[in-house]
Amino acid sequence: MSQPAVSLSPATSLLPVVPEWRRMLNRVLGHHGLTLGAAVLGLIVLAALFAPWLAPHDPYAQDVSQRMIPPIWHDKGTWDHVLGTDKLGRDYLSRLLYGARISLTIGLVAALISGLIGTTLGVLAGYFGGRVDAVISYIITTRLALPVILVALAMASLVGGSLQVVIILLGLLLWDRFAVVARSTTQQLRDAEFIASAKVLGASTPYILVRELLPNILSSLIVVVTLEMAHAILLEATLSFLGLGVQPPLPSWGLMVAEGKAYMFFQPWVIAVPGIALMILVLAINLVGDGLRDMNAPEGRN
Amino acid sequence: MPDFALELCGLSRYFQLKKGLFKPATVLKAVNNVSLRIPPGQTLGLVGESGCGKSTLAKMILGLLPPSEGDVLINDKAIDLSDRLALARQIQPIFQDPYSSLNPRKTIEQIIRLPLQLHGVGDAASQRRAVKDISDLVGLPERLLRQYPGQLSGGQRQRVAIARALILKPAILVCDEPTSALDVSVQAQILNLLLDLKQELGLTYLFISHNLGVVEHLVDKVAVMYRGQIVEQGDRDAIFHHAQHPYTQALLSSVLTPEPGLGLPELPDSSQWAQAS
Ligand SMILES: Nc1ncnc2c1ncn2[C@@H]1O[C@H](COP(=O)(O)OP(=O)(O)OP(=O)(O)O)[C@@H](O)[C@H]1O
Ligand SMILES: [Mg+2]
Repeated sequence: MSQPAVSLSPATSLLPVVPEWRRMLNRVLGHHGLTLGAAVLGLIVLAALFAPWLAPHDPYAQDVSQRMIPPIWHDKGTWDHVLGTDKLGRDYLSRLLYGARISLTIGLVAALISGLIGTTLGVLAGYFGGRVDAVISYIITTRLALPVILVALAMASLVGGSLQVVIILLGLLLWDRFAVVARSTTQQLRDAEFIASAKVLGASTPYILVRELLPNILSSLIVVVTLEMAHAILLEATLSFLGLGVQPPLPSWGLMVAEGKAYMFFQPWVIAVPGIALMILVLAINLVGDGLRDMNAPEGRN
Repeated sequence: MPDFALELCGLSRYFQLKKGLFKPATVLKAVNNVSLRIPPGQTLGLVGESGCGKSTLAKMILGLLPPSEGDVLINDKAIDLSDRLALARQIQPIFQDPYSSLNPRKTIEQIIRLPLQLHGVGDAASQRRAVKDISDLVGLPERLLRQYPGQLSGGQRQRVAIARALILKPAILVCDEPTSALDVSVQAQILNLLLDLKQELGLTYLFISHNLGVVEHLVDKVAVMYRGQIVEQGDRDAIFHHAQHPYTQALLSSVLTPEPGLGLPELPDSSQWAQAS
């Protein structure tokens, strides 16, 4: 080529050279709900990760002589048990820290399982349409007609509650929102010209679905992940409270509330402490979810 | 040398339109018995109003939509939809909307490089070099390669789409209204680029537009489509100066400016705009 093909001036644009991550960071920090939620959630995650170092006592160690010690803000509280002890003399703070591990694990793993199921179904329905869509939509409707808590209760009482059972049950039950969101976002994108272009280039259908389409619907799915995480954590607490979820002596927060319910009139902190922990965790996750949804909204470009 | 780079033989596409649960479906003949021939290195302009079936025709040529009847021949051979990779190396599209034709989650470099990866052409280093060369060719500054489509202007995006279409060195480009989503001034740049590329690479174009004015400087032949059928085709000058079909005449009269040389109308307060920019 002797002459560059283009003698016309290539359209120049002087975009601000603020790096992408900087812009993103500013945007996240500008969103107070997201900042707060992420900070609180981050603290809880750290507490759960470092529970063995942070916990002052063994969460399973019983000591009958130390039963029902109230938290530090009570007159009879001691620094040895900052949040008091339960009816078996186990340190409440230590149990709370280890309990965070259970809640977070259940929330994360259940959301991942249901995310995998729901996203697969939704993407297939949205992309192929027609018969595939009709069948999958029928499955989604069937699932939506099931009362989650009743089915979970029935199944848990049938199989027997345990950590694994709760995770799998919730994973198998909470995929509906993933499917609905994945289906509608896929429908919007399947006729996009970049998909057609990949087809013309000879890309295989799995490549198109996973590499071209999925990255574009991921941001809406992340929001669903947070919603379903919070949902799963609350359902686990409910199941455990009813005795059909995580079994003693594991320090599930729902179980802690259940074990304390006999004392709630005279020692209300027994249920207040795990209850408030649960509330803060779910609130933080929801704040993060709301924030991420706002972040996804168009920024005036893109 | 084959006689025709691209040949359409009686190509038709029908759509079943369901009017209601108990009413019989009606058939829409979106493309109806279209036959066209483009010799290698030539440009055929396909014009017609919105909804006359131009994009449907393009999709069939690209193998995105199976024809109801008829054949698409490339270099005198019917296209083989079971070998998409081979088809992709012969014919590539440039779509109308540069805002939807680039995956927003990939960098420009990844987008232009994808065809090479899918086709296993060369190693990583030679692929990157090829991306750079083709970007030069279409007038895309190198610094844009690391950016995302959202950060580019419409004209830049269309250059990316052209680079992606050309990187496998296909002989034929199907351009489906490649400039109608662009600003008027950018339209001219892209059209000139396509013209330069045609001369430089000896490309064959099927150039689709609803605007006769757009194709005037680019095409060798013109085919006019109306309601799924070709109503008139011929050399550019014949169509532009001696149109036979009343529909073509109507199209022509709608693009010609009332008085040539009149220039653009004066804006009431143009000084204000000059300062603002
Ligand atoms: N999948 C489909 N199902 C039913 N009808 C369709 C389908 N695709 C296109 N059509 C119809 O076929 C006709 C031709 O559509 P097409 O997109 O080819 O028009 P076009 O000439 O490209 O128009 P434009 O200039 O607006 O892009 C239209 O009436 C359209 O409604
Ligand atoms: Mg069209």
